[in-house]
Amino acid sequence: MRFTLNAREVELNVAPLARLLDVLREDCGLTGTKEGCGEGECGACTVLVDGEAVCACLVPVAQVEGAEVVTIEGLGDDHPLQRAFMDEVGAQCGICTPGMILTAITLGPRPSLAKIRRGLAGNLCRCTGYEAIYRAIHRAS
Amino acid sequence: MRTAVSRLELLQPRSLQHALRMLRDEGPLTPLAGATDLYVAVNFGTLDSTRFLNLWGLEPLRRITLCGDTLRIGALATYTSLIRSRLVRQRLPILARAALEVGGVQIQNRGTLGGNVANASPAGDTLPVLAVAEAVVVLRSVDRERRVPFAEFYTGYRQTVRRPDELIVGLEIPPVEGRQWFRKVGTRAAQAISKVVIAAVRGSSPRIALGSVAPTVIRLSQVEHALGAGAGMDEAVHRLDQDIQPIDDLRSTADYRRDVAGNLLQRFWAETGGLSS
Amino acid sequence: MREIRSMLNAVGQSVPRKDGIGKATGQARYADDLRFPGMLHGRTIRSTIPCGRLAAVRLGFDPAGFTVVDHRDIPGRNVVTLIADDQPCLVEREIRHVAEPVLLLAHENREALLGASVALEEEPAEPVFDPERSPTAFKTILIEKGDLAAGFAEADHVVEGTYCTGHQEHVYIEPQAVIAVPEDGGMTVYGSIQCPFYAHRALAVILGDAVARVRVIQTETGGGFGGKEEYPSGIAAHAALLALKSDRPVKLIYDRVEDMLATTKRHPAIVRHRTGLTRDGRLVAMDIEVILDGGAYQTLSAVVLSRGSIHAAGPYRCDNIRIAARAMFTNTPPNGAFRGFGAPQTQFGVEVHMERIAEALGLDPVRLRERNLLRPGDTTATGQRVGQDCAALEVLRTAVRRSGFRRKRKAYAGTGRGIGLAMYWHGSGFTGSGELKLASRATIELTATGVRVLTSSTELGQGTRTMHAQIVADALGVPYEQVEVAMPDTGLVPDSGPTVASRTCMVVGRILQRAAEEIRAKLGDATPAEYFRRHGPLAVTGQYEQPEWIRWDEIDYRGDAYAAYAWGCDVVEVELDRDTWEVRPVRVTVVNEIGKAIHPALARGQVEGGTVQGLGYALLERVVMRNGAMANAQLTNYIIPTTLDTPKLDVVLLEHPYDGGPFGAKGLGELPIDGPAPAVVNAIRQLGIDVRGIPAVPEAIREAACASP
Ligand SMILES: Cc1cc2nc3c(=O)[nH]c(=O)nc-3n(C[C@H](O)[C@H](O)[C@H](O)COP(=O)(O)OP(=O)(O)OC[C@H]3O[C@@H](n4cnc5c(N)ncnc54)[C@H](O)[C@@H]3O)c2cc1C
Ligand code: FES
Ligand code: FES
Repeated sequence: MRFTLNAREVELNVAPLARLLDVLREDCGLTGTKEGCGEGECGACTVLVDGEAVCACLVPVAQVEGAEVVTIEGLGDDHPLQRAFMDEVGAQCGICTPGMILTAITLGPRPSLAKIRRGLAGNLCRCTGYEAIYRAIHRAS
Repeated sequence: MRTAVSRLELLQPRSLQHALRMLRDEGPLTPLAGATDLYVAVNFGTLDSTRFLNLWGLEPLRRITLCGDTLRIGALATYTSLIRSRLVRQRLPILARAALEVGGVQIQNRGTLGGNVANASPAGDTLPVLAVAEAVVVLRSVDRERRVPFAEFYTGYRQTVRRPDELIVGLEIPPVEGRQWFRKVGTRAAQAISKVVIAAVRGSSPRIALGSVAPTVIRLSQVEHALGAGAGMDEAVHRLDQDIQPIDDLRSTADYRRDVAGNLLQRFWAETGGLSS
Repeated sequence: MREIRSMLNAVGQSVPRKDGIGKATGQARYADDLRFPGMLHGRTIRSTIPCGRLAAVRLGFDPAGFTVVDHRDIPGRNVVTLIADDQPCLVEREIRHVAEPVLLLAHENREALLGASVALEEEPAEPVFDPERSPTAFKTILIEKGDLAAGFAEADHVVEGTYCTGHQEHVYIEPQAVIAVPEDGGMTVYGSIQCPFYAHRALAVILGDAVARVRVIQTETGGGFGGKEEYPSGIAAHAALLALKSDRPVKLIYDRVEDMLATTKRHPAIVRHRTGLTRDGRLVAMDIEVILDGGAYQTLSAVVLSRGSIHAAGPYRCDNIRIAARAMFTNTPPNGAFRGFGAPQTQFGVEVHMERIAEALGLDPVRLRERNLLRPGDTTATGQRVGQDCAALEVLRTAVRRSGFRRKRKAYAGTGRGIGLAMYWHGSGFTGSGELKLASRATIELTATGVRVLTSSTELGQGTRTMHAQIVADALGVPYEQVEVAMPDTGLVPDSGPTVASRTCMVVGRILQRAAEEIRAKLGDATPAEYFRRHGPLAVTGQYEQPEWIRWDEIDYRGDAYAAYAWGCDVVEVELDRDTWEVRPVRVTVVNEIGKAIHPALARGQVEGGTVQGLGYALLERVVMRNGAMANAQLTNYIIPTTLDTPKLDVVLLEHPYDGGPFGAKGLGELPIDGPAPAVVNAIRQLGIDVRGIPAVPEAIREAACASP
């Protein structure tokens, strides 16, 4: 099967019902996408598929055939959100951070606090109490 | 991950007809839409099915259209598309409301209306909305299309009238007259499974449906009847008590559910009073 | 040179985190991100009954390609060594709780591993679930001050009450994860491990002479909160046993369900108060009973009980106190370390009780607390004289003013809103002479570009690396950027004690500060890099020195329990929906006095994160125990706060330097978890609902409301 991964075409021979999460981490070697629960609750596995945030633990890889997948590695190391997360200490333990940043990207420009809170409700963070994450997103926008 | 996914089989239909043929000729197959229910079970290793039919690529099933006076929502319409749809917001705003309260954004982007209906959980958040909207479930097999009134779709806990060779292709929603009302109670403000969920319409005759208080979503026909006939709230709550069969489970208690259901009924009535016809 | 350098100031600045970039780019390597050639995956087969005997184990698969380990494969002693050596690494015969590890499997293919079926033949016996009915106490503590009977004789009023707290699950977002790698004739264990030397000691006992050299390396860790303090020692041992037998690297990762089912939780507690007061609200007698549910093995229960009981009378002065505490055995998975370590439970009790006292005596809740709060020079329950840095009163007054407490309390009366407050304190570092026994060490060495800090203090997200680097940078007078911090690796770093008890900044930071000063003296005018170039390597290892004034009697629980205390006050505003009994916190004001904020943004992050964790503890997080097992072991059913459940947070940090801490710093990590739960429940009380337990889930609030007059 084929899809676009971080702006590159990939062709893989994997079980069609493998989780996208495992394919990314094990077959593509991209371990920035994390697993916190495997039940769609924590959002640590969030990636973008055709620009929308999804939980990679709940996506059978066959369903991204032909789609555009973006993981945290696809942002490089100088994305405004990445910088803002560093400046505002939006990452403590960091395990939720890749997913947080990818969901935050889909919030659009200058999101209000209410919009940020609704938008990030599917990304759990146990360390920050979320406040520093809001500050980071505000700073980046 | 507790399921050996490499042993699972996935059939990839090219069209709806193709999918229906596969269902008939190569079944039994488990339809796979946004996978937000199925993959939780795959992760937990609690799913019995080993053969799946991929619906995700069937674009025509995503459409939301107006056909005469009827709102048609394809089974693959995601929560996100319901929230974004002007038609839904205008004609059935409580469906958009319910969609907004499902899971988080990631689930809204993948979970489908058809999946919520087919999954047949008594806690499915769109189900009370569809019940009060008196939606019609459109089922199709290779050679037949059936339209099942929502009230007849569920036959018991997680049981529906859908046959193994049928797919839900969409829902048809006739115009809803009156004020619409929705409330989900899940303790947590997001990512919550409903302890009680209520949808209601205050029209010439009221319609009220509840989730999570019985083996299936239920319409409170007794209560509706009483309220329609001018009965007082005490009487209505009394009837509600008879209509529902809440249970104690991991998430809540029967007493709590009963109490909250009664309170929300009253709140619905109070908040929509004075504005009804 | 020196002048310019000494003007540089990292401490007190929110410098960039050392680990920020790796975490923001996904490059940081957590245990599950590592792979080794020939690696196998491991799996744990667990008991399914809470109490009984293991009669037989039957393998229902072809063992070819599998590594199978049971207790007979343990070359050393079958025990996960900690305080008491009571917990076996693998069950031999006796089963004490559900999910106890019995058998270990490894295979290179995860699906094959998963598919392997094992039947356990278990003979159930009668379990004990109620800690009050349990015949076995792991530990009892009695703290006595003054003359209780005389105190009650002096009292005009006596107020009694019982307060209960439930389990709390850590929900670090990265589940438990360890990899054992047979290397160079020894065993190296990589993992999400809060205390590498705990794991190291446990491994040495279990592996015995079979392994010449054990090394434990912390990988980037996705949260711990105490949950990765002692528990990973057992997992490390499991992985190592599989690795030893297979001679291959073995990765052992728990999924969320297994993690919640098997690993430790916060101890549930029952706290009883009987309190004597004068008419004008002066505390004259406090009789307190504390019962902790320890679960099936000791783990750290004795120490949790110790901290819990020392904090049980709250930050109040009272001449006559008795605190009788016990940690009890039950047939449930062992409870263990969790941020706060017993103090959140007992401070919930005392602060809800204070509110009830105010109500019973018709006193203003702020006034009642003001009257009784510890001031510099007052003595605590253990007889410790609190220092000049005691900020209890200031913390209270700041919080009351800042939150508009009095005005809102009036305005909210009779509405669906309530406002409540809670005072709290938290001792920094190990209890009593614990630090002396630990004798922690920390090293600084020169490198070609600056210096490197070597400690076993782990980065769990709280900012250890950054904060240690700041302290060393300023003590040494070098730019922050020139200070590297080594990953904790027991093969390279000295034992700086465990990363627990809010001690990493105050205690380990202080050792580093002194070591840095020593190096600075040696450097003379040279920069570290210059010195290194000219003279070659230089390393200084500092060791903990106990402040001279500390006296502690371990038997009688008298004396200086902690070197310093941090102080806090939370004001919480809630909104109650009387139709659904849902309580939402809408605004929280937190005032914390922490000595010195080495890194203000990190400090604030600790306070915000701890506060939200405390709100979850108060309102959402309920572990449903059925027949000794967590029945809701999924994130769908055990719910922690999301972005939409968190209120507006207003955080104020006050600084009253403690001169035994680096740059005046005290401990901070645990403090903020102590306040939210009692403050929430006190806010609910303003709504006329008499809640005395947490989690105050809607079902419980409804029941309390129905019972309240
Ligand atoms: C974290 C999380 C949060 C959630 N929150 C909520 C919530 O708040 N409220 C709520 O109601 N639900 C919630 N859900 C459940 C789930 O998202 C919904 O039920 C969703 O609508 C299911 O749709 P799907 O397309 O993902 O279904 P799938 O998982 O693909 O399928 C679900 C079931 O429906 C069948 N099916 C799907 N489509 C069809 C079709 N067209 N014809 C016939 N059968 C079909 C499948 O065979 C399967 O049995 C949540 C799930 C998760 C993981
Ligand atoms: S791992 Fe996918 S949502 Fe938690
Ligand atoms: S930073 Fe640790 S979970 Fe978010």
